[in-house]
Amino acid sequence: MRITLTGNYCVAYAVKLARVKVVSAYPITPQTTIVEKISEMVDEGEADIRMIRVESEHSALSAVYGAASAGVRSFTATSSHGLLYMHEMVWWVAQARIPLVMAVVTRTIGPPWNIWTDHHDIMDQRDTGWLIAMAENNQEVLDETIKLFKITEDPEVFLPGIIGLDAFVLSHTVEPVDVPDQDTVDSFLPERRQPYVIRAGDPLIMGNIPSDLVRNARMRWDVHLGLRNAEVVIERVDREWGKLTGRYYGGLTECYRCEDSKYIMVGIGSWVGDMRIAVDSLRDEGYPVGLLKLRYVRPFPARRVYEVVKGSRGVVVFDRSISAGSAGPLFLDLASHIHAMRLGVPVKNVVAGLAGVDVGYKDFENIVKRFVEEVEGEGWVREFLEFYPGR
Amino acid sequence: MQSCRYELPLSRPKVGVQGVTGSWRVRRPVLERSRCIGCGLCWLYCPDSVIDVEEEGGKFRVSIDYTYCKGCGICSSVCPTKAITMVEEV
Repeated sequence: MRITLTGNYCVAYAVKLARVKVVSAYPITPQTTIVEKISEMVDEGEADIRMIRVESEHSALSAVYGAASAGVRSFTATSSHGLLYMHEMVWWVAQARIPLVMAVVTRTIGPPWNIWTDHHDIMDQRDTGWLIAMAENNQEVLDETIKLFKITEDPEVFLPGIIGLDAFVLSHTVEPVDVPDQDTVDSFLPERRQPYVIRAGDPLIMGNIPSDLVRNARMRWDVHLGLRNAEVVIERVDREWGKLTGRYYGGLTECYRCEDSKYIMVGIGSWVGDMRIAVDSLRDEGYPVGLLKLRYVRPFPARRVYEVVKGSRGVVVFDRSISAGSAGPLFLDLASHIHAMRLGVPVKNVVAGLAGVDVGYKDFENIVKRFVEEVEGEGWVREFLEFYPGR
Repeated sequence: MQSCRYELPLSRPKVGVQGVTGSWRVRRPVLERSRCIGCGLCWLYCPDSVIDVEEEGGKFRVSIDYTYCKGCGICSSVCPTKAITMVEEV
């Protein structure tokens, strides 16, 4: 079925198709229409979902965490300040190794109050142990949300996952989307699996004070191992989805005109669409530029980055947030990994699109041209970190 | 519990799952049985379930398990007849 949907409605359709059983709702702009749509589906008898209205985001995640612990597929959605308010539980769910899926509509953080997109909210979750996927368009929002249920419930992973979609650019913009039928999704998603189930009459303590700190340390490290193992699972599940629907995305990353490129742009989220246009026009002007889209922030696709970047003359990483006092988080990951793998390639970090400032393909073209001239003139980058406030 | 290749933060409830927590105690709750009216409030409020009660003619007969009592003093605070006093452990 091909229909026009907003990114938020794509999430709602994916949740319904995944036969989610419990959804908690504490609506925050611009995530509101996700849970509103799910609520409508329940009201009209299209979805067999128990909706829980809660009093805060901290409770929203706690409620679905409880439901998921008891053995059912569960989902919630949030954004910005709501995500920060539930941050304690974000850690808790991952360390408890309970698979569930949450949509994060990426929105900047106040003050001042601002509802437009940037990536400070989602990047604040980098270290928690959740898988973090970022979608470029509404079709990818729908597909990746369905896939995340399979990936997070894989015994090699057993961790929760976030589907990130940019506020308004995706959440409130309609695009034609291919919605798979229920039989297709049923054949793709197995019965729910999880490492343990909390059952009435079978008392089990989750999270008791540890008597063995070394065992506790192993739990921490095992969350890291789960994310590393997720790399293989993400690739496999994406291929399965590709066979079923014709839409294979490239696993952890996607390359656009990387082959025979000398300079690589790197980015995540909706503005990757603008980067594609910039690559095309830069190619027309003779600039040998390619694009590496990261589809996952966690696990960080270090190996894929290495393969694409090696042999290039320079990399420019676009971050839509900044780790204040250091640099953009994507740059920090990418630069440290490729340095550890002994790649002597100049890397520049451009921090742009903060607070929802619109950055279009013309901006990318100009930034990349200056970057290429800088590297070809100097042999390296003069300043590794550049702030692009917008125009 | 299902099998999982990863270390999980799980345990089974059992008496003294955290070891002999009575050794943490600085003050010990001492029950003066003649003042006790058997209301059971101390049993209800004890956060560590170390107060045991036996029912005797519609009233509770209270005893304290000092092996696991941490000496928090909540039982003493809630006792309406001040039958439990906190005494320094020397």
